[in-house]
Amino acid sequence: MENFTPYSAFFGGCLIGLSAALLLYFNGRIAGISGMIAGAFDVKNNENHWRLFFLGGLIISAAVFSHFFQSSPATYSRSTLLLIVSGILVGYGTRLGNGCTSGHAVCGLARFSKRSAAATVTFMAIAMLTVYITRHLLGVSI
Amino acid sequence: MTKNSAALLCGTLFGLGLSISQMSNPDKVLAFLNVTGNWDASLVLVMVGALVTLTIAQHFILKRPQPVCDTEFHLPKTDNSIDSRLILGAAIFGIGWGLVGFCPGAVLAALGDGKLEPFLFTLALGAGMMLFSWFHSKK
Repeated sequence: MENFTPYSAFFGGCLIGLSAALLLYFNGRIAGISGMIAGAFDVKNNENHWRLFFLGGLIISAAVFSHFFQSSPATYSRSTLLLIVSGILVGYGTRLGNGCTSGHAVCGLARFSKRSAAATVTFMAIAMLTVYITRHLLGVSI
Repeated sequence: MTKNSAALLCGTLFGLGLSISQMSNPDKVLAFLNVTGNWDASLVLVMVGALVTLTIAQHFILKRPQPVCDTEFHLPKTDNSIDSRLILGAAIFGIGWGLVGFCPGAVLAALGDGKLEPFLFTLALGAGMMLFSWFHSKK
């Protein structure tokens, strides 16, 4: 496990938890990214503008960080078809299941929600199985 | 503090958290999901950090009668109901996540790498969400 980075992972995780806590403190909202993306496009509703500000802050701060300290850039060699298929699955699945890693695996688990625990166990297990099948059974490194 | 400036601050912290923990790097996420390979447990530490911070802070925040910029806390009321739709949705998300290693937050944080991959995935993610609204508004 030479690629294990426990300190930066723990510190980054604390910032994510702090972000979710402050969003609850100020706006009374759950920091679920898939729900925010889905809601952000309904711009006619003024209640939704905060979502655009959150997503904008996320995109810009991550971009600035990677501009100054790109410690381990991704390989980025995935095929266009694979990206499109998996993007559609993630978009559709997170709406059907009402949440993704942030909404279920962070905010939901912090509330001890049984629903989020069931969702988290399901998507983690299926994602691990998907990696097992593609890498170890089919032998493709994607 | 207004709702929008609070959201901007929180989004900034969230993006920094994803970047510092390298969860915006899909290779790092796939190394966590690859349990039978050269396993990288970093994602577990990200979740521990986030859960410890949020669970403790939330304990105090929810004692307030209302949030600072709103009249009520918008919490889901269905925390105990598990149905087939939830499990099917989580499973579909799991397949997509396992194929490339991007979840919705991570891919937005990766957009700043300036590469085509996160951009294409984000467009497809939006298309998947639109497909969902389209199917479900017809029923």
